[in-house]
Amino acid sequence: MLAEAIFFSAVLFTIGVIGVLTRRNAIIIFMCVELMLNAVNLSFVAFARAYGVAGQIFVFFVMTVAAAEAAVGLAIIIALFRHKQTVNLQNINLLRG
Amino acid sequence: MNFMTPLDLSIPSQLTIALAPDLLLMGGAMILLLWAAWRPEGVRHQRTIGTACIALIALTAVVIGWFIYRNATATQGPIAVDRFRWIADLVLLLATAGTIALSMDYNEREGMMAPEAHVLILLASSGMMLLAAARDLMVVFLGIETMSVATYVLAGMNRRSPRAAESAMKYFLLGAFSTAFLLYGMALVYGATGATNISVIGDRAVQYGLTGSPLLLTGVALMIVGFGFKVAAAPFHMWAPDVYEGAPTPITAYMAAAVKAAAFAAFLRIWYEAFTPVYPSWHNAIWWLAAVTMAVGNIVALRQRDLKRLLAYSSIAHAGYLLVALTVNSAAGSEAFLFYAFVYTIATLGSFAVVVALGEAGERSLNVDDYAGLWTVRPWLAIAMAVFMLALLGFPVFGGAGFFAKWYVLKAALQVPSPHWKLAVVLVLTSVVSAGYYLYVVMVMFMRPRLAGAVVPARSRGLTGFVIAASAVLLIALGFFPERLVRLTRGSAPLSALSVPAASSSVPLPLTRPADR
Repeated sequence: MLAEAIFFSAVLFTIGVIGVLTRRNAIIIFMCVELMLNAVNLSFVAFARAYGVAGQIFVFFVMTVAAAEAAVGLAIIIALFRHKQTVNLQNINLLRG
Repeated sequence: MNFMTPLDLSIPSQLTIALAPDLLLMGGAMILLLWAAWRPEGVRHQRTIGTACIALIALTAVVIGWFIYRNATATQGPIAVDRFRWIADLVLLLATAGTIALSMDYNEREGMMAPEAHVLILLASSGMMLLAAARDLMVVFLGIETMSVATYVLAGMNRRSPRAAESAMKYFLLGAFSTAFLLYGMALVYGATGATNISVIGDRAVQYGLTGSPLLLTGVALMIVGFGFKVAAAPFHMWAPDVYEGAPTPITAYMAAAVKAAAFAAFLRIWYEAFTPVYPSWHNAIWWLAAVTMAVGNIVALRQRDLKRLLAYSSIAHAGYLLVALTVNSAAGSEAFLFYAFVYTIATLGSFAVVVALGEAGERSLNVDDYAGLWTVRPWLAIAMAVFMLALLGFPVFGGAGFFAKWYVLKAALQVPSPHWKLAVVLVLTSVVSAGYYLYVVMVMFMRPRLAGAVVPARSRGLTGFVIAASAVLLIALGFFPERLVRLTRGSAPLSALSVPAASSSVPLPLTRPADR
């Protein structure tokens, strides 16, 4: 049971990483980051079955912080959209690099 | 409160006392936030709030000084009460106060009237102080996120600037991405040891013989990636120059000085306290991270002509020097780290303050060529900038304490049982390379004629001038009396789990039982 959950969370995390690295739309990248965070939550909950409540508490912190991060992140995406009329990172290149 | 006995962190009231400086800063910031929102935006209100923020920082520093004076200690718990934390806090508060002082002038010039900006800096700093205190992975996570979320907003604070918005976006996406790595690492470390408290993790790694556990090592590797992004160590540094260039200059100073120092403080404590038992496994990874960071940062900086980008690459290079102190993994390494962080923070803050002073409204004239002949028009500014550049280079006497900072790191690297000769050689060689751009800036300021048609920069405003002068004087003074700071850092090393006798326990961790519960 534990091994399956850990494997599943590793797969989810990898999908998230691949999404971040290959997609160019800021909102989709952000969704992929959220997927990575949820993969982490899954491992925490799985490990918490073996070790007790600490892992579950950690998950609550992660969810709360992810919500705060989403609020700030979407605000930043909107701020950028007002300037550029796009959220595609390929068209956003004022800064070299 | 009798401090002769250690604070018992399992009792809520004593835990509150141990967290007093952090709580003071957070609570004060909340009240200031209300005050900031109470009255309409305006230049004067913005300055009032900024002044109040600096007063709150001073108050927090006094409380920290009291803790240092009473030599407070505590039992094992979610937060540390030790010298390492207090000195790291003082470094962070110094950088924060400097940043707010710069912001007050800068925001006025750029027409950013929102007084909340200063309070956001305070909130980010309270997350940093939590990071310096954290002895539990949950607290590390909360600290990192409190710091980062506030800093994402600060990077995009200038809403009229598309560059600032782009910088904030890049910082946010990369920051969230790296947090996910860090968090996954934490989950795996928790899975391997069953603990989130970092000293317990260290103890269990020894007790249960987990030093070869793939789960633990994967966790450590993922956490290296996460922290590598946070401190902008090569090859995870690609975001830093872009973000630093686009963000408002005081905030760039804040990110280069305070954010980096805070992330490093947690990085160092976790690696010293929790992962010392697996030192042989991570040693090579951090070694290469340090070497590559020093090389890439310094070599790429040679090509930069935009001063903000140049300083960004310089800050990447300095992350490499700080990583050397982490690689050493000894008490001397941690003391050298604190000294280095202190000097680096002041020098970085000062050099960005000069950039603020010379930047025209709208952030033009940031090219090195715009500094040509600065000596002839604004001699004191040129001298101060030269001090900061030489301090970052590690030049003796004229660079003030910068020389000693590098000297102590080198000494720490060579004074361990198995000296890191190669790393020391890389450190010295890359420092020589860094002369190529630091001295270039100095040369341009003093020896090149002023560009035709270049405007004489206006006199710097009061607070900016004060930050520049104070940083330069502090650096020079510390260069003459480095012992003062060294004495403060002595005995500040976080506890290492290696001091725990390696008693092999026969009780297996729950995870090694059949997992079908």
